[in-house]
Amino acid sequence: MIIKILGSGCQKCVALGNNAQAAAKAMGREAEIVKVTDFAEIAGYGVMSTPGLIIDEKLVSAGKVLSVEEISASF
Amino acid sequence: MNIFGWINDQILRMQWLADLVSVGVSAVGLDPASRIGGSVHFFVYDVIKIFTLLSVLIFLISLVQSYFPPERTRRILGGRTGIWANTVAALLGTITPFCSCSSIPIFIGFTAARLPLAITFSFLISSPLVDLASVILLASIFNWSIALAYVFVGLVVAVVGGTLIGRAGMEDQVADFVRNAPVHDTDDTMSWAERLHYARDQVAEILHRVWLYVLIGVGIGAAIHNWVPEAIIGTLLGQDKWWSVPVATMIGVPMYADIFGTLPIAEALIGKGVGLGTVLAFMMAVTALSLPSIIMLKRVVKLPLLMLFLTVVTGGILGIGFLFNAITDWFI
Repeated sequence: MIIKILGSGCQKCVALGNNAQAAAKAMGREAEIVKVTDFAEIAGYGVMSTPGLIIDEKLVSAGKVLSVEEISASF
Repeated sequence: MNIFGWINDQILRMQWLADLVSVGVSAVGLDPASRIGGSVHFFVYDVIKIFTLLSVLIFLISLVQSYFPPERTRRILGGRTGIWANTVAALLGTITPFCSCSSIPIFIGFTAARLPLAITFSFLISSPLVDLASVILLASIFNWSIALAYVFVGLVVAVVGGTLIGRAGMEDQVADFVRNAPVHDTDDTMSWAERLHYARDQVAEILHRVWLYVLIGVGIGAAIHNWVPEAIIGTLLGQDKWWSVPVATMIGVPMYADIFGTLPIAEALIGKGVGLGTVLAFMMAVTALSLPSIIMLKRVVKLPLLMLFLTVVTGGILGIGFLFNAITDWFI
């Protein structure tokens, strides 16, 4: 599974990336975390507020840091 | 003294803090009336005042902002046209969570949803230019009539600027990938606990982003306040010099700083007899336009539209500068 974190490297993006990592681990899933910082690419997902979370090319959330539990539930 | 005067002096201007810092400066053996003592006083007082006001203001304003994420703003603006739509866009620009890093995604998100350029640019101009925190800080450093006048002219620049850009018919001057970007609407309902959490995070994030600019700004302000001779500033930027507004604008445009960092510089310049219009032009130029934001904007719009945007905003700032220099007596 590929998890993309959309955002320009702000603190919230790092927090979201860590939560996603932890969620994958807790669920025993193999996950590759990709950081997307190019705003043209970010906008390509229709996201206006960062950080955005994309799991396997599907937009899961925008503009907030989901908790480990919330991310696990969306796998 | 009336109650409003007291609130203004003691809570917004923090007169008690100025007095306290004077006592402190004297206690370490410096005369607050001397150059060094005065600089230390300016620096300590302004740093404490700005950071305290900022923390409280960002928290309160973030609570309001949590009701207006960009997705909701886009829904409110969708399908509207005309001068009232520009006005609504400019007003929403003052309360939407914003930093220059998010202006491009918002531009793309609005344009992809087929909002007219006139509306999008009214929003984009007003966002960095007028925000609630800066207005209250302006009231704290100067007075309420200046703060309200700043808001009013900032909104006028946003409305007129957006309208002019819309009239130019440059809808085709936007990069193709912007038009073809997908439009997602997110569920933006938040509980009270989430709003409080959001506001707390905003305080931490914004302070983290601006603290250095504020310290540099206060440092420059303190230096101007006590070390730069009035005659030099008067010669360059004096109110009687017609070129003071263009010079201040040209210095301010490429600069990248937060409005919170420019306020102490503005405060010191006013103290040195620089015209109110010149100072406002400088502040607006610094916050509305900067090299990094221009470079980012260049990637999503084509050159003619970018030049039009720069011309309209710079023209608006110059106009405000000249206007306020002409009517300074109304405010100070």
